[in-house]
Amino acid sequence: MVSPAPRFLAAPRNVAQRNGLDSMDWEYTAELFLGGLTRGSIYALIALGYTMVYGIIELINFAHGEIYMIGAFTGLIVTGVLTMMGWNEVAILVIAATVAMIYSSCYGYTIEKIAYKPIRNAPRLSALISAIGMSLFLQNYVLLAQTSDFLPFPALIPEIGWWKPYSHIISSAEIVLIITTAVVMILLNFLIKFTRIGKAMRATSQDRKMAMLTGVDINGVISMTFIVGSATAALGGVLIASHIGQINFYIGFIAGIKAFVAAVLGGIGSVPGAVLGSLVLGWTESFFTGYVSSDYEDVFAFIFLVCILIFRPAGILGRSDTEKV
Amino acid sequence: MLTFTEIKRSFLVSVWFMFLTFPIMVIRVNTIENVVIWRWKNMLFVGAGSFVLSFVWRFLMRRKEVGSKDAEAGGTSKSIFQRFMEEKRLYYPALGAISVIVVLFPLVFSMYQVNIMISGLTYVMLGLGLNIVIGLAGLLDLGYVAFYAVGAYAYALLNYHFGVSFWIALPIGAGLAALFGIILGFPVLRLRGDYLAIVTLGFGEIIRLILENWNEFSFGPSGIANIPRPAIPGIEFTLHQNTIFIYYLVVLLVVFTIFVVNRLQDSRIGRAWIALREDEVACQAMGIDKTKTKLTAFALGATWAGMAGVVFAGKTTFINPASFTIWESVMILCIVVLGGMGSILGVVVGAGFLILIPEYFRAFSEYRMLAFGAALILMMVFRPGGIVSGMRKTYQFEGIENGEASDKKA
Amino acid sequence: MEPILEVNNLTMDFGGLRALDRIDIDVKEGEIVALIGPNGAGKTTFFNCITGIHPPTKGEMVIRRPPKRNPQRLNGLKPNHVTERGLARTFQNIRLFPSMTVLENVMIGRHCRLRAGIAGAIFRNRATRQEEKQLVRDSYGVLEKIGLTRYVNELAMNLPYGEQRRLEIARAMATDPFLLLLDEPAAGMNPRETESLDELIVKIRDEEQISILLIEHDMKLVMSLSDRIFVVDYGKKIAEGTPEEIRNNPAVIKAYLGEEVDA
Repeated sequence: MVSPAPRFLAAPRNVAQRNGLDSMDWEYTAELFLGGLTRGSIYALIALGYTMVYGIIELINFAHGEIYMIGAFTGLIVTGVLTMMGWNEVAILVIAATVAMIYSSCYGYTIEKIAYKPIRNAPRLSALISAIGMSLFLQNYVLLAQTSDFLPFPALIPEIGWWKPYSHIISSAEIVLIITTAVVMILLNFLIKFTRIGKAMRATSQDRKMAMLTGVDINGVISMTFIVGSATAALGGVLIASHIGQINFYIGFIAGIKAFVAAVLGGIGSVPGAVLGSLVLGWTESFFTGYVSSDYEDVFAFIFLVCILIFRPAGILGRSDTEKV
Repeated sequence: MLTFTEIKRSFLVSVWFMFLTFPIMVIRVNTIENVVIWRWKNMLFVGAGSFVLSFVWRFLMRRKEVGSKDAEAGGTSKSIFQRFMEEKRLYYPALGAISVIVVLFPLVFSMYQVNIMISGLTYVMLGLGLNIVIGLAGLLDLGYVAFYAVGAYAYALLNYHFGVSFWIALPIGAGLAALFGIILGFPVLRLRGDYLAIVTLGFGEIIRLILENWNEFSFGPSGIANIPRPAIPGIEFTLHQNTIFIYYLVVLLVVFTIFVVNRLQDSRIGRAWIALREDEVACQAMGIDKTKTKLTAFALGATWAGMAGVVFAGKTTFINPASFTIWESVMILCIVVLGGMGSILGVVVGAGFLILIPEYFRAFSEYRMLAFGAALILMMVFRPGGIVSGMRKTYQFEGIENGEASDKKA
Repeated sequence: MEPILEVNNLTMDFGGLRALDRIDIDVKEGEIVALIGPNGAGKTTFFNCITGIHPPTKGEMVIRRPPKRNPQRLNGLKPNHVTERGLARTFQNIRLFPSMTVLENVMIGRHCRLRAGIAGAIFRNRATRQEEKQLVRDSYGVLEKIGLTRYVNELAMNLPYGEQRRLEIARAMATDPFLLLLDEPAAGMNPRETESLDELIVKIRDEEQISILLIEHDMKLVMSLSDRIFVVDYGKKIAEGTPEEIRNNPAVIKAYLGEEVDA
């Protein structure tokens, strides 16, 4: 049915050669640190959407990873078409990212309308099962409409000439990723804190009924959340795919799970928390694979998740809430 | 009802979906050879399909709204299955007929059919086990397949290292799975709802990844081959006879499972599970030990997965970690959800739908997972109770005579 | 006579917020005691502390179950153990098991008085069968006392609101308590229902020898029912005494800020 999941990210380039050597080597440590930062930024772009959706309707949107995957596929398709027409790389990147964001937003919007809105008042278990169904559906939709093989994704982010000597430590693609994440986080934070729709989002997440009574258009706010979250994921999808160099229909699953770990770690529902959690996860993973073992990378992430949820379910920046009795 | 506005709405929906699916359905690129394939036909399919489906969707929505108003007005509508179960004159003959079919099945049908039936029945066992955890106790376990793996590997490894036979491995596999159920259950006791789902999913993946990476223990992705089929000592079976033997064995196990699960859900512990599902706080305040109740649900649910795992290993004679992915868990979840959470008949019907129908419609097998995904969503939206909804048996009190409680389960 | 429930110096902090501040309350055998106070005064928190839902920050909680009256501390017990020791409660926002029948709801209440385990459930041996029969008889008996027998096979969620509140009381009584904690039993009831609730509570005390501690806003009900009343405000106990004393207590009148305290 499904081939074993490919590793979401490759292990640091030279673990094998380095393992026997002096592991105090500072350059290696710096490499792991920057590798972790890149990883963290990648997780963050996906985790932001998770955290926003959860903050508003308290639903683990299992299909979020698939939105990211669809973003990457849309990006690839646009890139393919434009490359054939002989466009310039940077222009392709911008257009591919924009189209992917638009399409993923539309997917996010539609998914919410079909699978979540009709059961908004049903038990949480129902919504969760519906989300799992949506995830399964989208994966197989892309599998059938496109292919089950890995597709190569061209490197769209150009190497900057004068940076070349340092690119073994951190490539310009990685720098673009990190900066994009930072910018997106700041923009989202601004959106939530200072705009009208952001205020409505915060009100809805606090008390949906009350927000509705005070005239907030709940459906609009929820749709908007899905749109923004999906667009972020799609941006991540294109940048990450171009950085890693290949995609298939299954990339959304592991990426989604890890981003979820990050979101929970940071305190689900909190935008800075999602980024912080992603960075922490990125670094711990990077150092774990760098110094301990790269075979158990995913096991490590899962154990990390289990431990957080058990010992500190509210996350680093989250607030714990107890049920009113 | 085909008014102009209706048609216009459906038309807009179909335009929207044509737009939405345009890149993925229509274009296929090959970035190495720089070839782009345009498949405009697909766009037509999507347009026509969504046009029709949007009518169906709105029709079902309207029906659902009417239904919920009926329920509010106090009208209780019973499903066909429920009426059927209550009608003893129909129920017993039907049960008899099904038994005869089940017993005669391997004598009439081909090996191929028998094999499909075996896998269908294995899923009934798995579904019934998961039904304890999800349907009765209300704990969404997405790592259920881990216990299935524990059972399968228990038999495979015990046999490989110590030559343990199937019959001894069966209870050991079940016991080990139960033990794992308790071990994994402990840390997640405090979690509820969606966090529980994610953590159990994590556990399931951890076990699979360990099986995949720990070569010295589990032989890694290449798996374990040459696992002996279950047999009666002293009797030489041909492959054909052996399959039939396994078939009857699985039938017996399923009957045993149904018997036990049925008894459990009508017992003190079964009621505690249901109460736990309905309201955790009230349940505890009524004197029910939450920890113990949850752990027994995990353990008893896992037991059946362990047994099914041993049977699976014995039937296929080869296992590897690829058989135990998260999607296997989701598949078992589908069985429980589709059939009707908390209902034994529901699980049987669900397994029938999900395992047998795709097997018999081989032509559509690629669309299987797609259909499962869609089915999960549609079920949750339109019929959250499942195909056999409203089937939970409630205790029907029929009066006290001569100080004896006379009662009946209906 | 020593009280059957004695709470001393009970303090509960939620983060920086002090929900309960050195509360002393006691209930004697056969009493109906009311706990009143404005909304948010900490009454339900008090119940949650006693019944083990929130562990209190400080304070002693002791019960003496009649007839032996051995003192037992409640501190650190889980809710189900508190119930096992003879304290049963209802909830302010009704928490029945909605898709179980009325009888099944009551049967859940008897859970901690039964023994049957997994083996008993599967093999359904003689002892288990007998226990189940006795269970149905006992549960039906409770419904008879509360007057809910005509709904016996009805799903709990289909009951009228007032009857749901009564079912909660029935379920609590099924646990064989010596002290019943009722959290706003009359909330949302019409005057007729409240009146019959009044009778029911007295009947439970007189015929079942169950003492009662209740939280209630309906002053008419409180004044007519209670032997003694405790008043809390902002987590502090501001008064205690007979209904007559409370009615004329200036601190109480002030706490209610113009809210009429006439009976």
